[in-house]
Amino acid sequence: MAHEEDPLEHERASWKPSPGLAVAVPDPVQNSELPPHRERVTDKDPAAMKRAVRTVYTLFYLSVAASIWAVAAYMIFPIEDGQITSIRHNNLFIGLGIALALLAIGIGAIHWSKAIMSDKEFVEPRHATRGRDTTREAAIKAFADANEESGFGRRAMVRNSLIAAVVASIAPGVVLFRGLAPQSSPSNPYAGDPVHLLSQTMWKKGMRLAHDPSGVPIKASDVTLGSAFHVIPEALADVSHAEGYLDEKAKAIVLLMRLPVDQLHPEPGHEDWGFDGIVAYSKVCTHVGCPVALYEQQTHHLLCPCHQSQFDVSHGARVIFGPAARALPQLPIEVDDEGYIVAKSDFHEPVGPSFWERH
Amino acid sequence: MSTATATSRFQEETKEKPLGGRFVGWASNYIDERTSLSGFVKELGRKIFPDHWSFMLGEIALWSFVVILLSGTFLTFFFQASMVETHYAGSFIPMRGVEMSAALDSTLRLSFDIRGGLLVRQIHHWAALVFVAGIGVHMLRIFFTGAFRKPRELNWVIGFILFILAMAEGFTGYSLPDDLLSGNGLRIIDGMVKGIPLVGTWISFLLFGGEFPGNQIVGRLYTLHILLLPAILVALLVLHLMLMVINKHTQFAGPGRKNSNVVGYPMMPVYMSKMGGFFFIVFGVIVLIASLFTINPIWNYGPYDPSPVSAGTQPDWYIGFADGALRLVPPHLEFVWLDRTWSFNIILPLLVLGLFIVLVLIYPFIEAWVTGDKREHHIAQRPRHAATRTAIGVAGVIFYAVLWAAASSDLIATHFSLTMEGVIHTLQALLILGPIIGYFVTKRIAIALQKKDREIVLHGYESGRIVRLPGGEFTEVHRTVDQYDRFKLVDYETYEPLVVRPNAKGKIGFWQNTRSALSRWFFEDRLTPVTQTELDAAVAHQHHTLEEVNATTSAEIQGAHARAGHPESPLRPQEPDAKTGEIPTTPTSVLSDDEENKHHREKDRDQ
Repeated sequence: MAHEEDPLEHERASWKPSPGLAVAVPDPVQNSELPPHRERVTDKDPAAMKRAVRTVYTLFYLSVAASIWAVAAYMIFPIEDGQITSIRHNNLFIGLGIALALLAIGIGAIHWSKAIMSDKEFVEPRHATRGRDTTREAAIKAFADANEESGFGRRAMVRNSLIAAVVASIAPGVVLFRGLAPQSSPSNPYAGDPVHLLSQTMWKKGMRLAHDPSGVPIKASDVTLGSAFHVIPEALADVSHAEGYLDEKAKAIVLLMRLPVDQLHPEPGHEDWGFDGIVAYSKVCTHVGCPVALYEQQTHHLLCPCHQSQFDVSHGARVIFGPAARALPQLPIEVDDEGYIVAKSDFHEPVGPSFWERH
Repeated sequence: MSTATATSRFQEETKEKPLGGRFVGWASNYIDERTSLSGFVKELGRKIFPDHWSFMLGEIALWSFVVILLSGTFLTFFFQASMVETHYAGSFIPMRGVEMSAALDSTLRLSFDIRGGLLVRQIHHWAALVFVAGIGVHMLRIFFTGAFRKPRELNWVIGFILFILAMAEGFTGYSLPDDLLSGNGLRIIDGMVKGIPLVGTWISFLLFGGEFPGNQIVGRLYTLHILLLPAILVALLVLHLMLMVINKHTQFAGPGRKNSNVVGYPMMPVYMSKMGGFFFIVFGVIVLIASLFTINPIWNYGPYDPSPVSAGTQPDWYIGFADGALRLVPPHLEFVWLDRTWSFNIILPLLVLGLFIVLVLIYPFIEAWVTGDKREHHIAQRPRHAATRTAIGVAGVIFYAVLWAAASSDLIATHFSLTMEGVIHTLQALLILGPIIGYFVTKRIAIALQKKDREIVLHGYESGRIVRLPGGEFTEVHRTVDQYDRFKLVDYETYEPLVVRPNAKGKIGFWQNTRSALSRWFFEDRLTPVTQTELDAAVAHQHHTLEEVNATTSAEIQGAHARAGHPESPLRPQEPDAKTGEIPTTPTSVLSDDEENKHHREKDRDQ
């Protein structure tokens, strides 16, 4: 029955003039018919068609040969232990074989479709995307019947309690995800407190500053004017990976520099945090935490290679350029009886990127 | 009973002439009787797709995704998503004995100890870059041709989510080897997440399973990378393609191509061959790149360590715009308020990027609201015919491009010997000014191109044939545009700005005012489409002028021949072109009567 309807009735619904701002041109340019079909070389010239056919099957056979080559290359170019050249050859020759095999199939298939297959254009009518009115009515009726028979709309109490129950049932699933991070326990009271963990590092009074990565402690006399050292706590060597070596290192890394004393302008209250022009600053950028690893000894500027924040070591490592907002935290240092540089205390503020609870 | 009869008749027919042989006939019948697959084949087998080079951009994305799935599956057989410490003992001598996670160890082993392993890893990485790029150019094509208009708005949204998922896949994958660069990438993500107000600290804490970097993150990202994200991606991809089939593909305007039809080639055999062939070409090109060019040489970087970082490292290209946004943020945008830290140096880029993404996502709905157009559109517009949209698109592209360039601000500075500060300040200015300038320039160019098209349709195109008038004036003869070429120049529609009208209470609402302002912005400057009457008159005029010029030219040449004593000489060295009725080149100087002059004067006035 449906086929007997006016076929255009359905379409008209979605093609009616817009109620918006479209200008309906009263006299639009009439579209012409399809241009006459133009024959290709292969349609006119049997020799050209023959050539095209030959090209296509040659490409396909070439692909077979290339695949065989790739398998052979797998055997001809093994990876020999420790030989970097053998890896390069393995990668290159297997890869070239596979690439040629695939490209030959692809180019052959497309040449087939463009030169040999019929290039007659077909016209297919479009139909409006919306369902036919009868279909839509049937759909609405399905919902209405279901609603009537179940009482979903009528019995508000049943419906609302069901919605409440389903929403509530999600909560336990969400709560389970608290387990993604450790929780505090009597033996480890701060394991589940990110704010506490972020606020302290392993530095403490008397801990020696050591070379990164060798772990050799640094003497004040080693730090010549203008030099800069990448520093870790000496005790870091005792922390195993399982115990969080990287976690501790990520917070405790320090840069140690010696400047002429007259060029140092320490922050008020920080005057005695250095020693004879030697100062130590956290190496973790206060922007998003990259290591601030580049020291320019003439200007005493530190540059973060990730986002180009610059810090002025001669003025308390304050920010002089870039997206970072806070100065690098300073590690108070002194020299112990044996002449080694040691920390006076932990940092006085959290190191690294800012976080919500930081203040 | 009737079914049985039909079946037996079908079998009878297949017995007489089984296509592809007796076995294929039997197998087809077997499958169809259990799946009714024949209906599917009937529906899709000869479905018509329009042809245009830009329609294959989405295919690049589709096929590179298939390559990613294939190569990624191979990699999962060797990769170990674990951060347990081991000591490397594989083939690569410089790394032997180095302490590293099982993730990096297994990545090095699959690269250096498995034949072809490095190749597959490089295929996977290159294919990922091509995938995101393919989606990007495909989206630009959709945007600039207005192919997102009704009924395809929802498919735009799905496609956009696919774009976001592709970037998420890229980032999670980049972080898996647990080498120095991937660790640094995670460090930056951690810093950004921590800057989010209220929840940032805890999201980071839960994501990393404790402090950064912890020993959980690789395993978790792996689950996202190979299970959750691909599952969503595949589901949405299927939906995307299904909607494309349901809506049918858009086509460009042209002779015989209407909003109510599709003109093109059938799925079988032409597109089967073209699309299938294109899969192999995309695959082949990716393998070629992977066999010739190294990507992400993790063996040069070594395991993640929070302390070192190499200057000048770049993220994969599609993350660049986010990294650039972090760099371009003005300084000192962080403060403590209500005893909490507000890191606007993080929040601001996140907000700007979020706003940009949301605007792109909802653009189809904004435009639909402004135009109030409820019709279906199946003709892909030429960008010039939607000047304001094209200008907005160009502004967006410039905005993205500046952010992207900013991700390499340090390399720009070092390569061109510029100051770091100068590059950043220039890019900051460009981020604001570039889109504005780009907008106005593009809009003017688009409208100028529309004017040019109109000019060509109504007055013909310059033929290169110069004619001297009796007064000594030179003029160029214009030729009529071929009737089949003409249509794509004139087939466009336009909109008028909305005139606000007070409602029943005599008030003009805020939204109506906004919509009116937006529609003025969109459509204040516009050209009226050419009408059929105008066109007919113009074409008649052009033919008339042409005939007169030809007649006068002939008379003049005839006269010249007569004066030279050879009146029987051929009028033209060449016969006139069958299509245009013109002689390709005629060296001629025409003495014209008044009538001819009048036409030329009229023509000049028209112009």
